[in-house]
Amino acid sequence: MYDWLLGPFVEFEFMRRALAGTTALALGAGPIGVFLMLRRMSLVGDAMAHAILPGAAVGFLVSGLNLFAMTAGGLIAGCVVALLTGFVARMTELKEDAALATFYLLSLALGVTIVSMVGTNIDLLHVLFGSVLALDNQTLLLIAGNATITLIVLALIYRPLVIECVDPNFLRSVSGAGAPAHFAFLALVVLNLVSGFHALGTLLAVGIMMLPAATGRFWARDITLMVVIAAICGTVSGYAGLLISYHAGVPSGPAVILVAGVFYVVSLLFGHVGGLVRQMLPQRHLEA
Amino acid sequence: MTAALRFNNLTLGYDRHPAVHHLDGAVDTGALMAVVGPNGAGKSTLFKGIVGMIKPLAGRIERGELSARDIAYLPQAAEIDKSFPINAFDMVAMGLWHHTGLFGGIDKRGRRRVEEAIAGVGLTGFEDRAIGTLSGGQMQRMLFARLLLQDARVIVLDEPFNAVDAKTSADLFDLVRRWHGEKRTVLTALHDIDFVRANFPETLLLAREPVAWGNTASVLTPENLLTARRMCEAFDEHAAECAVPTVAA
Repeated sequence: MYDWLLGPFVEFEFMRRALAGTTALALGAGPIGVFLMLRRMSLVGDAMAHAILPGAAVGFLVSGLNLFAMTAGGLIAGCVVALLTGFVARMTELKEDAALATFYLLSLALGVTIVSMVGTNIDLLHVLFGSVLALDNQTLLLIAGNATITLIVLALIYRPLVIECVDPNFLRSVSGAGAPAHFAFLALVVLNLVSGFHALGTLLAVGIMMLPAATGRFWARDITLMVVIAAICGTVSGYAGLLISYHAGVPSGPAVILVAGVFYVVSLLFGHVGGLVRQMLPQRHLEA
Repeated sequence: MTAALRFNNLTLGYDRHPAVHHLDGAVDTGALMAVVGPNGAGKSTLFKGIVGMIKPLAGRIERGELSARDIAYLPQAAEIDKSFPINAFDMVAMGLWHHTGLFGGIDKRGRRRVEEAIAGVGLTGFEDRAIGTLSGGQMQRMLFARLLLQDARVIVLDEPFNAVDAKTSADLFDLVRRWHGEKRTVLTALHDIDFVRANFPETLLLAREPVAWGNTASVLTPENLLTARRMCEAFDEHAAECAVPTVAA
């Protein structure tokens, strides 16, 4: 049993690195996912994941599979799309979702063009699905650093972020912090996607953000608890996914996300707050 | 008496169409003023202008030494996400923003003030309830508790008693009266003419253009009310440019 649960991590360094990577990723991405969900921006993560593609591709074009260049490129592309989206949404009649849809699709088309012009299929696979089992020191540091930045910045902008979700007009009437907090939050989304795409690839990076967050929704009525549950759920998914991928020989990135998916489905069914089974069980109503 | 707010040839609107047209006048400090008019008369637009949410198309609003934090605003249909996981206590505690700012914590004294405000609107015992479980009247009480904490010198209420029962509106109006007693300036948009006659010393009758403004009894005459209704019916999608010069004072 011990061998089965801990053996792979004791024996192989690449497994320990992968575990450290997914843990750091889950700690940062979980809370971000909760806010995306509460701001009704659950699909924004997905859109932004596509938006960072041309940046990463240009980084690759300039300097090959270089961590720094691809990260910087991804960050820049993501932030440009986020800023343009925010600008158009706040200045014109176009709503945020429509503005984002237009820019991310353009960005994606550009990214695919660049990748297929200069890259090989292997490079494309790396960008799309990541390589959690081949995290080097630099990448690990990047992911951990991003998680640290995420948690600190999230703590700083927590209050305006919450109030802007609940009662945007009130925040506007007492403070001008709404827009800066929103942009800082979008920057954090991009930051976590860039972390995520090194480990899980652009497509699956959103999974470790949204699935644990949606899981948390079924167990907590309080946002703080929701954030904690999301982070824990993501971490455990990382561990269990890596373990299953090791023993069953399935690809590790998808395994991590699938485990998170199992947590989600179980919560959806049996969750304490609005789970489906709980809704269907007959419950006597209270007196008052 | 000094003016809390002064309007100079103020025009507010959307897409160049005026919703409030050429409004001149002043709101005295400590006034308890009703803003009355048919739907589409520009009441909400005027309030949005006062709190700075929209910019004047022409003219200006002078706020004297008032800063943004001195004006508290309760919008007509607050865009509150009721599904958000937050309880009534935290919601009311937002009213302490000017003490806590972005990062400040809420100390014991702050917590006591929040509890007092919640007690002041008769919601004691509801502190831990999620806002989504509150009724319409309880929601409005909660928002008034938040206004209490904001401790603002000017309070702008946009149809605060819509869709609440008689008991709730009486309780909430007691708070308005208390604010008036504390020399705060209170502007309230209302539709209940009899209620305005009974409770508000001063009234502005608006129908995009000001119809009358002053002592409530002299403003709310049948002739004025009829004029107001007629003026609001005339709206022209292809209106020509307004010829009145818009020189800012």
